[in-house]
Amino acid sequence: MARYVLRRLLTAIPTLFLIVTLSFFLLRVAPGGPFSQERGLSAEVKANLERVYQLDAPLWRQYLNYLADLLHGNFGPSYNLPDFTVADLFRVGLPVSMQLGASALLLALIIGSILGILAALRQNRGVDYGVVALATAGSTIPTFVIAPLYQLVFALTLAWVPVAGWGGGALVNKIGPVLTLALPQIAIVARLMRGAMIEALRANHIRTARALGLTSFSVVVKHALRGAVLPIISYAGPAAAALLTGSVVVETVFAIPGVGRYFVDAALNRDYTLVMGTVVVIAVFVIVFNLLVDLAYALVDPRVRYE
Amino acid sequence: MEATLSPSRSSSDRSPPDSTPLFEVSDLNVGFDTPDGAVLAVRGIHLALHAGETLAVVGESGSGKSQTMMAAMGLLAKNGRATGSVRYRGREILGLKAAALNEVRGAKIGMIFQEPMTSLDPLYTIGNQIAEPLTRHLRLSGRAARQRAVELLTLVGIPDPARRLDAYPHELSGGQRQRVMIAMALAAEPDVLIADEPTTALDVTVQAQIIDLLRTLQRRFGMGIVFITHDLGLARHFADRVAVMRHGLVVEEGPASEVLTAPRAEYTRMLLAAEPTGTKAPPPPDAPIVLEAQRLNVTFRIGGGLFAGPPLVIHAVNNVSVTLREGQTIGIVGESGSGKSTLGRALIRLIEAQGDIRLFGEPVNAIDAQSLRALRRQVQIVFQDPFGSLSPRMTVGEIITEGLRVHAPELDRRARERRAVEALEDVSLDPALRNRYPHEFSGGQRQRIAIARAVILKPRVLVLDEPTSALDRSVQKDIVDLLRRLQGAHRLSYLFISHDLSVVRALSDWIMVMRAGQLVEAGPTDEVFRAPAAAYTRELIAAAFGLDEAHAPAAARA
Amino acid sequence: MSDITVPAAGDAPRPSLSPAAPPPVAKGRSLWSDAWRRLTANRAAVVSAVYLVVMTLACLIGPLVTGHDYTTIYTDYVRVPPSLTPYPKQDQIAGALEDVVKRMRVDLVEWHEQDERVSVTVRSARPVDPRVLRYFERSPSFLDPRIEATAPDGLSMTLSAAVARHYFLFGTDNTGRDLLTRTLIAGRVSLAIGLLAGLTAVLIGVTYGAASGFLGGRVDDVMMRFVDILYSLPFIFLVIMLVVFFGRNFVLMFIAVGAVQWLDMARIVRGQALSIRRQEYVQAAMAMGVSPAGILWRHVVPNTLGPVAVYMTLLVPQVILLESFLSYLGLGVQEPLTSWGVLIAQGSKNIPSANWLLIFPSLFLTSTLFALNFLGDGLRDALDPKDR
Repeated sequence: MARYVLRRLLTAIPTLFLIVTLSFFLLRVAPGGPFSQERGLSAEVKANLERVYQLDAPLWRQYLNYLADLLHGNFGPSYNLPDFTVADLFRVGLPVSMQLGASALLLALIIGSILGILAALRQNRGVDYGVVALATAGSTIPTFVIAPLYQLVFALTLAWVPVAGWGGGALVNKIGPVLTLALPQIAIVARLMRGAMIEALRANHIRTARALGLTSFSVVVKHALRGAVLPIISYAGPAAAALLTGSVVVETVFAIPGVGRYFVDAALNRDYTLVMGTVVVIAVFVIVFNLLVDLAYALVDPRVRYE
Repeated sequence: MEATLSPSRSSSDRSPPDSTPLFEVSDLNVGFDTPDGAVLAVRGIHLALHAGETLAVVGESGSGKSQTMMAAMGLLAKNGRATGSVRYRGREILGLKAAALNEVRGAKIGMIFQEPMTSLDPLYTIGNQIAEPLTRHLRLSGRAARQRAVELLTLVGIPDPARRLDAYPHELSGGQRQRVMIAMALAAEPDVLIADEPTTALDVTVQAQIIDLLRTLQRRFGMGIVFITHDLGLARHFADRVAVMRHGLVVEEGPASEVLTAPRAEYTRMLLAAEPTGTKAPPPPDAPIVLEAQRLNVTFRIGGGLFAGPPLVIHAVNNVSVTLREGQTIGIVGESGSGKSTLGRALIRLIEAQGDIRLFGEPVNAIDAQSLRALRRQVQIVFQDPFGSLSPRMTVGEIITEGLRVHAPELDRRARERRAVEALEDVSLDPALRNRYPHEFSGGQRQRIAIARAVILKPRVLVLDEPTSALDRSVQKDIVDLLRRLQGAHRLSYLFISHDLSVVRALSDWIMVMRAGQLVEAGPTDEVFRAPAAAYTRELIAAAFGLDEAHAPAAARA
Repeated sequence: MSDITVPAAGDAPRPSLSPAAPPPVAKGRSLWSDAWRRLTANRAAVVSAVYLVVMTLACLIGPLVTGHDYTTIYTDYVRVPPSLTPYPKQDQIAGALEDVVKRMRVDLVEWHEQDERVSVTVRSARPVDPRVLRYFERSPSFLDPRIEATAPDGLSMTLSAAVARHYFLFGTDNTGRDLLTRTLIAGRVSLAIGLLAGLTAVLIGVTYGAASGFLGGRVDDVMMRFVDILYSLPFIFLVIMLVVFFGRNFVLMFIAVGAVQWLDMARIVRGQALSIRRQEYVQAAMAMGVSPAGILWRHVVPNTLGPVAVYMTLLVPQVILLESFLSYLGLGVQEPLTSWGVLIAQGSKNIPSANWLLIFPSLFLTSTLFALNFLGDGLRDALDPKDR
C-alpha cells in the first residue's frame, strides 16, 4: 500500500509538470500583460516594473526561473497586489475557502446520501418524486441565482443573517455561503446515491440476503449501501478538490476573503504568478483527492487491490 | 475433518407425511405490471412438498417455475403481485410483512440460485456472509458462528475451510461459490430447500458434484427439496416427484418414474422427445478438405505497459490442428475456458493466430484485408447469444442482406429482397416478417435469423459457436433439425462448438475435446463416446450422461 | 432489449404478444418508435418540450410585439416596478407634465385629462413661443402635442397632447429599458449559444470518441491520455484563456466553449464504441467481410445515437449555465446586447431596490434549464427503459 501511494505520488510529478508548462505558455501566449492594459502607466514605469519582475527576460528564461522558484516552494510576488506574495494570499485565503468548502461537502454528503437512499427505497412514489424534483432544482438553479435570492429573503426581508461579509468567521456569516455551495452538491449526491442504491438493491446478492431472512436494515445498510457508496466516493474526490479551492461566485456575492476570487481577476489582469499559483494549488488538490478516492475504493471494495 | 453438525431433527418432530405438507403452494397467481400491460406469469397452480422428498419443477423459460418460488419467498420484483396461498407447515406465509417473513425464510426455508458468480456479496468475506444467518436465526455469538461456519464449509466440501473463511467471493471458482451458497442456505438448518437451477451456470463436471452434494445433504438432514430445472435428465436423476409447468400452469404432476417414462401430457411427451437424437455419418474419406489448420496458437496479453511490468500472457489455444472435410461436422467440446470458442474464431481469422491456416488449400494467414474479405463469403459464423448477435437497430431484412452488399454489390434492392425471402424460407421463418426488428422475436427465431444471415451468402463452411446453448430444449431440437437439413441441402461443413455433449453427439461425426487451450482427444464421434481414451473425456461423459445412463429408459431416447 | 420485459431473475414470463402469426408483410416496431412512444407517454418530458418550444417562439417573436426596442431608454421610467397597467400612472402624469412645463420655462395654470389627452394651459411673462411644443415631443410620456388655443396677448397658451401609454410588464432596468424585451432578447442569445456550443461539442466529441473507441489499441491510449490532460487543467482557466484569445466575439467564443465541453462527450462515445465493437453483431459483420467503414456507419453510429441525443439535451443546459456564468463574471456578451446571465448579474446588484431585475431573468433561466433537464431525463428513460 505504501509503495502504491509512493508510486502514485511519483507519477503525479510529470502530470504536475505538464500542467504547469501548459498553463505557463498558454498564459504567456495570450495577448496583454500585467502592466500593459489601461493602467495609465507610462512606458518608462512599465519598463521599470517589467525589469523588476524580470518580465523582460526571454520567455524560456522566465519559464526556467519560475520552475526553479516553484521547486523551492516560492510562488513569487503578486503583480497586481504588490504588497503581497502569492504564498501570502494563499496563507490567508485558503483556510477560509477550505473551511467553507469542507462544511459544504460534508453537508452535501450527509443530506444528499440520506435523500438518495430514501428515494431509492421508495422508488416511484411521493418521496422519490420529491427528491428527484429537488435534485433537478438544486443542480439547475445556478449559484449566482441562489446566493442573491438567499440574501434577498434571509438578510434583507427577514433580517436573520447579515447580507455579506466574513465577520471573522462567525457562524451566521457562514450559513449563506455554505448553503449556496452545498445545494448543487446535495442535488448531485442525492441523484448519484439514488441511482446507485436502485442498482445495488437489484443485485443478485441482495436477493440472497433477503432469501436468508436477514433484517431489512442489514439488507439495506450492510449489503446494498456499501456497494452504493462507490460512485459517491468517485464523485466526492474531484468535488472536494473543487470546493476546497473556493468559488468565485459565492466569495464575490458574500464578500468572503477566500482564494476563489483570485483566479478570475488574476487571469483577466494577467497576474501571471497568481494565476500559476492557483493552477498549481488546484492541480495538487485534484491529484491528492484522486489518490484518496482510489485508496478509499480499495478500503470498501476488496476486489480492488493496489500493489 | 468430518463435520460435527447435528444430524438435524429426528424424524419424530417432523410432521407425519401426507397429513400436512411441509410446504404447499395452492391457487397461486403471479402477475407483473409491465409497460405493455399486465402479464400473468403463474396462473392458479398447486404444488405440495413433503418432508425428505424432492420435487422437481420442470419447465422451459417463461413457464413461471422460478416466479412461483420467488413469490413464495417474497422475492418478486417490485412490479410483481402474488395472490393465493403459500403455506409452510400449514402456516400461511404469502403476503406476510417482511419482519414476520424473515422468521421463516432463511430459517425454515432456504433458497439457492442459478447465478453463483453474483449471488454472494462481493464486498464481504464468505465467513462473514455465512455467519449472518447463524447470528440472525440461531442467535449464535460471533465466535460460535465462525466455528459453525467452518463446519458448514467442511460439510459442503470446501477444502481448507478455516482459511477460506477469510476469502472473498471473487477468489473462489463458480462451483465453490455455489457450495458456499448452499452452506449459507443450510446454515440455519431449514426444513425446505428451494434450489432454482443451481447447476445451470456451471460446467458439467462441477454440476455433477453439486448434485451429489445436495443429495448427500438431503439424506443427512431429511430436508424437502424443491428443485427447479429445465433439464429433464437432472430431474429424472434427482427427483422423487416431478411437476411440469408451461405458461404458468402445471400441466402434469406425479412420481418421477411415471411422469418421465409414461407421460400423460402432450407437452411432457414433447419435452422428452426434444432430447437431441440421431447420429451423423462421416463424409466419404476422399471428400475434399475445405479447412485445415496446423499447430494453431492464440495468445492474449492482459495488462502490461511502461510502468506496469510485463503483461500476463494467456495461451488460449495451444498447438491445435484441425482438418475439416466437405460435408463433415466436427464437434469441438470442452468446458468454459477451454479455448474452444477462441479456436473457432481463430480458424476464420476473427482473431489473430499463429500457425498455418488453409481454406480450400489456400493459405489465409498472409493474405491482405481485401482478399480476406472476398474469402469470408465462403466461411460464416453463428454465435451463441441470439440477443447479442443481431444489430438491434436494423430490420431483419437489412441484417440478413448486409453480406450481399459486400459480396454481391451488383444486386439491386429488389434482388436482395428476393434473396432475403429465400433465405428466410430456408430457415422456416415467415418472409413477411422481414421488416421487423430483432427485439420482436423469440430466442429461437432470432437464432434462425442469424443462420439465415450466414447461409444467404451460400458459404461452404459454417462455424457454429454454441448455437443452441441459450435456447430451450424444444427450440434446440428445431435448430438441430434445421442445421441438419441445411447441411444436406447445401453440402455444408460445420465446426460445431458446444459444451453440450448430447447435442454434439447427435450432430457431429468427428469430435475434438479441448481443455485449457489444448487438444485432449480427437476421433470419430461414436468411438470417442464408446471408448474415450483420455481420462478427462471419460470424466466429461460421465458427468453429462452418467447421471441418466443408469436410469435412462430406452423410450426416452428413441 | 429482449421481448422479456420483467426484470426479475430466472425465467421471466414472456408477454403474450407473439410475432409468430403476423399479418402479411408486417411493419416493424423499431427501437426508435418504441422510444418515441415512451417519450410521448412521459408527461414531464412532453410538458418540457412544449414549454421549450413556447419559450423559443417567445424569444424569437416576443421582442417584435412588446412595443419596445431592447436598446430604447425611457428616462422617465428608470427602475419602475413591473405592472399590468400602463405607464405613466395617473399620479405620474402630473409629475411628467410639470417636468415638461418646467423645461418650457413657463408657468402651469391648469391642466386636465380628457379622452386620453391632457389639456394644459400655461402662462408666461413673455409671449409663449409655439416651439415649446418640441418639449412635449421629446418627452416619452406624451405623443402628438398640439396647440389648441393661444391667448390674444400671446402670454398664455392652451396645448393638448396624447398620453403615451407604455406597458412595462416586467418593469424597467437601471437605465430605463424594458425588462421584458431585454429578457426575451437575452433568451435568444442564451438559447442560440446553448445550441451552438452544444452542437460544436457533440460534433467534436462524437468524431473524436468514435475514432478513439473504434481504432482502439495504441491510438486509443494516446487519444484518451490527451483528454485526461485537458481534464486536469482547471476548466475556468481554459475558458478565460479562450475569452482572452477570441476577445468579445461571442460566436467564436462559444464555438471555443463547445470545443472545451466536448471532453465528456468524447468519453461517452468512446465507451459506447468500445462496447459495440465487442458485440457479436459487429463480429458477425466482420465475418461477413463488411469493411470497417461499413461497420462504423451501419453498426457503431446508429447504436451510439441514443446516448448522444441524451447527452446533447443535457449538455445544452450546461452550456447555457456556463454562458450565464461567464456573463455574470462580465466575460460574456457586451452591452447593449444581453443574456440571462448578464441580467441576473445586474439584478443581483440591485436586490434591495429593484428585486424584479433578479427575479424575472432568474425565472426564465431556471425554468428553461429545468425543462431541458426534464426533457433529457425523459429521453434517457425512453431510450434506456431499464432504469425506471
